[in-house]
Amino acid sequence: MAYEPILLARVNKPDSTRLEGYRIDGGYASFERALAELKPEEVTTRVKDSGLRGRGGAGFPTGLKWTFLPKDHPGPIYLCINADESEPCTYNNRILMEKDPHQVLEGIMLACYAIKSRCAYFYIRYEYGTAYRTLQSAIDELYQAGLLGKNILGSGFDLDIFLHRGAGAYICGEETGLIESLEGKRAWPRIKPPFPAIEGAFRKPTIVNNVETMACVTQIMRRGNDWFKSMGVPPDPKNPRDAGSYGPKLYTIAGHVNTPKCVELPMGVTIRELVEKHGGGVWKGLKAKAVNPGGISMGFVDCNLKLKDSDQTEYDIPLDFNGPGRVGCLGLGTAAVTVIDEQTSMVDVLHNVCQFFAHESCGQCTPCREGTGWMLKMTDRLRRGQGRKEDLDILVDVSDRIGIIPGTTICGLSDGAGWPVKTAIRKFRKEFEDAIQSGRKSVVKSLKLLGAH
Amino acid sequence: MAFLSDEIRARIQAYIPRYPNKQAVTLPALHIVHDELRCVPNEAIREIADLLDLAPSEVRDTMTFYQFFRESDNKLGKTRLWVCRTLACNLRGADDLLEHCSHKLGVPVGGTTTDGKITLEFAECIGACEGAPAVLVNDEHVMNVTNDKMDELIEKLRSA
Repeated sequence: MAYEPILLARVNKPDSTRLEGYRIDGGYASFERALAELKPEEVTTRVKDSGLRGRGGAGFPTGLKWTFLPKDHPGPIYLCINADESEPCTYNNRILMEKDPHQVLEGIMLACYAIKSRCAYFYIRYEYGTAYRTLQSAIDELYQAGLLGKNILGSGFDLDIFLHRGAGAYICGEETGLIESLEGKRAWPRIKPPFPAIEGAFRKPTIVNNVETMACVTQIMRRGNDWFKSMGVPPDPKNPRDAGSYGPKLYTIAGHVNTPKCVELPMGVTIRELVEKHGGGVWKGLKAKAVNPGGISMGFVDCNLKLKDSDQTEYDIPLDFNGPGRVGCLGLGTAAVTVIDEQTSMVDVLHNVCQFFAHESCGQCTPCREGTGWMLKMTDRLRRGQGRKEDLDILVDVSDRIGIIPGTTICGLSDGAGWPVKTAIRKFRKEFEDAIQSGRKSVVKSLKLLGAH
Repeated sequence: MAFLSDEIRARIQAYIPRYPNKQAVTLPALHIVHDELRCVPNEAIREIADLLDLAPSEVRDTMTFYQFFRESDNKLGKTRLWVCRTLACNLRGADDLLEHCSHKLGVPVGGTTTDGKITLEFAECIGACEGAPAVLVNDEHVMNVTNDKMDELIEKLRSA
């Protein structure tokens, strides 16, 4: 039976962005019920027990994060919404904000009630101008309806939501980079601990949550935990630390497919099913060679590489929180799937990826700033037919040494910069060696670049 | 006499009550000035600093970090046209599109047409990957951009 979307249920409705239509569809009833009947702690417990894990990339259990706030803190406590969605090939949050802003805003209101925050900062990347204006209209409607502001519905609960626009920097998606940017400083991530729950925005306890996570909170409070847990993948019994991968997920499909789009499915769909069934298959009748399973930071899946003791290949892995990690990828990330066809050079793909990270490294930590720059120089050399045999080992070496995991940087940006490099070269080494041996050149555009950007 | 108009100053000041300190208004203030003046001149930096109780160097430090705000010697045109070059768009022809734009407009990437109408930029992933190759016209997406569609868009922006 085809899955009936919940998070995306309203996106194709006429006037899906308006408060009136949202209320007709039952919107804000959960929020009103929570205000009238539930204690904040009960909302937290409900979200914690649902098994919801953050949809932004790291997959940290949402309700558990909320419990890390200091008990009985006099306030202020802040909620920051991370709508800096800049991970390449990811656009699910944009669709939610542009098409159903109230579903996201209700989740924010429920979350603020749960964590006793009276002020949410919604940090949205500058590039999402349409989403920004849509959200601002939705927020204006809420103030007019008395659902935001002072003493909401006579409950004594006050809440403001402020939109705050970014300025084109990927690093602002890192939660402490986001906080620094919100505070009006350069977006240099902070050393943790202290984590934001203890000391975050304006040095006060702060929760940073993703947009899709907020939409999930809305649906969990409306439909209950049994609904949420009725889909997805339960915890791995062999791994006591696994929190499972419950609930629906918005997957985005991009690259060499016939119909790139965002689809909502229960967690755990395989890459093959996602691409072949939902993405319309690989374009031009070609086959998939490689796939990024969750934004380019997660590294590459080799679609032809057989899994151990199985007829299946890496193309068959499930996209739950554990699947990509089993084949050497960093994780599920943003569940943004980018398909690369068999005629595309991995040298060119890797060069493009390195170009992104060299541009977006914030420059604070030397291993990342220099490492991403050198990886770009080396992959540029490779695509110009001037690669040297030792380059591949040097690239892997650099990529293994930059990041939080090897312990050389403050944030995870360079783990994400290293992962595609090490997975591409380890999984497609022969193609890289052939390119070096043959001195094959890619078609290189030598566009003159001026100015700041 | 102040460099920034009363209207711009009032719009900046309206942001102050939203935050527990004034420094948080730095980005909103820079956006307001940049949108209006198509750059952030030195005088504006000094006045933003004054309005927010900061040193001008603090405003400049934040401003230059983002590589988004132009200074007065490198002013933006009326429309800022960003061509996405990151993977999803790259796989579907972004490099060719960017080159096409550069030739069509007669400017290098980062440059502004002599009539001051269009500034061409590359962008890293703009989050419109279902419509790759995609571009941003200021802050609005245009998707599935072929060379022909780009030519039409450029004509429209030129006559705007």
